[in-house]
Amino acid sequence: MRLNKQHWAVIKLLVFTLSLLPFFELLFDGINDQLGANPIETLHFGFGDWALRFLCIGLALTPIKIIAGQSWPVRFRRMMGLFAFFYASLHLLVYVVLDLSLSWTALIDEAPKSPYILAGLVTYLLLLPLALTSTQSMQKRFGRYWLVLHRLVYVAAITALVHYFWLVKKDYTQPLIYAAVMTMLLAVRIYKFYQKQMRRVKTRSPGLRQKKTTNNEISR
Amino acid sequence: MLIKSQTEIASHEITDRKVFESRRQFIKAATALSASALLPNQAQAEPGKYANAAASPYSIAVGTTDREDVISYTNYYEFSTNKQDSTLLAKGLTTSPWSVEVLGETEKPGVYHLEDILKDNPVEERIYRFRCVEAWSMVVPWIGFPLGEMLKKLKPTSKAKFVQFTTLYNPDIMVGQRSHVLEWPYVEGLRMDEAMHPLTILATGMYGDTLPNQNGAPLRLIVPWKYGFKSIKAIVKIEFTETMPATAWNKSAPGEYGFYANVNPEVPHPRWSQGRERVLGSSIFAPKRATEKFNSYGEQVAGLYSAMDLTKFF
Repeated sequence: MRLNKQHWAVIKLLVFTLSLLPFFELLFDGINDQLGANPIETLHFGFGDWALRFLCIGLALTPIKIIAGQSWPVRFRRMMGLFAFFYASLHLLVYVVLDLSLSWTALIDEAPKSPYILAGLVTYLLLLPLALTSTQSMQKRFGRYWLVLHRLVYVAAITALVHYFWLVKKDYTQPLIYAAVMTMLLAVRIYKFYQKQMRRVKTRSPGLRQKKTTNNEISR
Repeated sequence: MLIKSQTEIASHEITDRKVFESRRQFIKAATALSASALLPNQAQAEPGKYANAAASPYSIAVGTTDREDVISYTNYYEFSTNKQDSTLLAKGLTTSPWSVEVLGETEKPGVYHLEDILKDNPVEERIYRFRCVEAWSMVVPWIGFPLGEMLKKLKPTSKAKFVQFTTLYNPDIMVGQRSHVLEWPYVEGLRMDEAMHPLTILATGMYGDTLPNQNGAPLRLIVPWKYGFKSIKAIVKIEFTETMPATAWNKSAPGEYGFYANVNPEVPHPRWSQGRERVLGSSIFAPKRATEKFNSYGEQVAGLYSAMDLTKFF
């Protein structure tokens, strides 16, 4: 069966609703006092974990497209990216409002002593322009620079991992899992890039060079 | 939203245990059958093993953290690095019978049964602040006895300069010991004067009852002016040594966790500030508490370190 526009709209709505579930789960746990002995930490880590997970999902879509040879995963790229930003915003909001109690002096005392907080803030500042320019009209306005700008997501993925590694006391299992996933996703892209390069080299091989040069000359 | 009881309560506002219990008794009698449904913390209403432990002048006059928070939020890497998992996994530990081996620079080395230790060292209640190196804190009514009193009876020799404590090593039950997150068994230590200080206790209970496994049953150290990781759990060995013991966290990251580990807001952890602490059980809108030097016990213990540069000996 071929999926038409309406089908995709329904699927997108479903994915959207599913993506909001972690938010509502933490919200209801909070209302029902089910966040444990350190509720702020539970909220803060919960939102942070989901921001990282959605970042991973967003970064997985292109590799899935490459491996599956299907274009549908790309339809969800913006939504997943925006959910990563949504959970990262909540993560930051909990830190600023609940952990710091909106105190500038607390932030000024803590941030310079805590490199992981700086790495987290940098990550958020990298994600912010991506979220702001995620609309179709912005995409058009930025033209070919849009793609260049949105490559910042790879930098954000790395600073997010640094943020996680730096805050862990001793057990690196969790950040290592995220690092492994992101490395795999990056590996697929690098492999694909390498393949393209190889093809380009092949097209420049002696038999074809003549034709290519001619083409270039024509285009000039 | 979340409105929990405030932790900071003046001492005169704290209900006396006897009054509290007699009220409970009254409520129980009056409501007979429906009592269990009406009292969510019924287990606490039953008098615990140490319900009549003597109060101590060393206790601080602040309200204690909800027991529920204290028993569900524990760092116990022998079981898991996850605070909730370690609580569940620790239930598998058998804490009776239990004995403690005493060795090293002492005239009375040997294996001592815990019940004999407790017979010789009457317990009392000590309400102390507990500050974790992860920047959270709580106030716990421990049941224990002064470590110094016990050590005196063991007659340390003149060579004894430090006391080293070792946790049980049993990877069959302490499943966290199967991973190499720390060097096992967990070892902690104190300088002799720190160990002899009247604030330092060996705890065997809390909240008027025996220690839950996850909180270090059956015998743990409590040094209230130091970060929580100094307060080693499930002690099986006490050794008097001439040289400074190599302690677990110090071995794993010497630049981050010193031997002394005194609570000190002026000396940040290399990766985070120690200036403030999240008080467990406070409202989620309550600001963090400003951490006090020596965790508020400065008056009693600052003298132990008067000649030392605390930024160097952290």
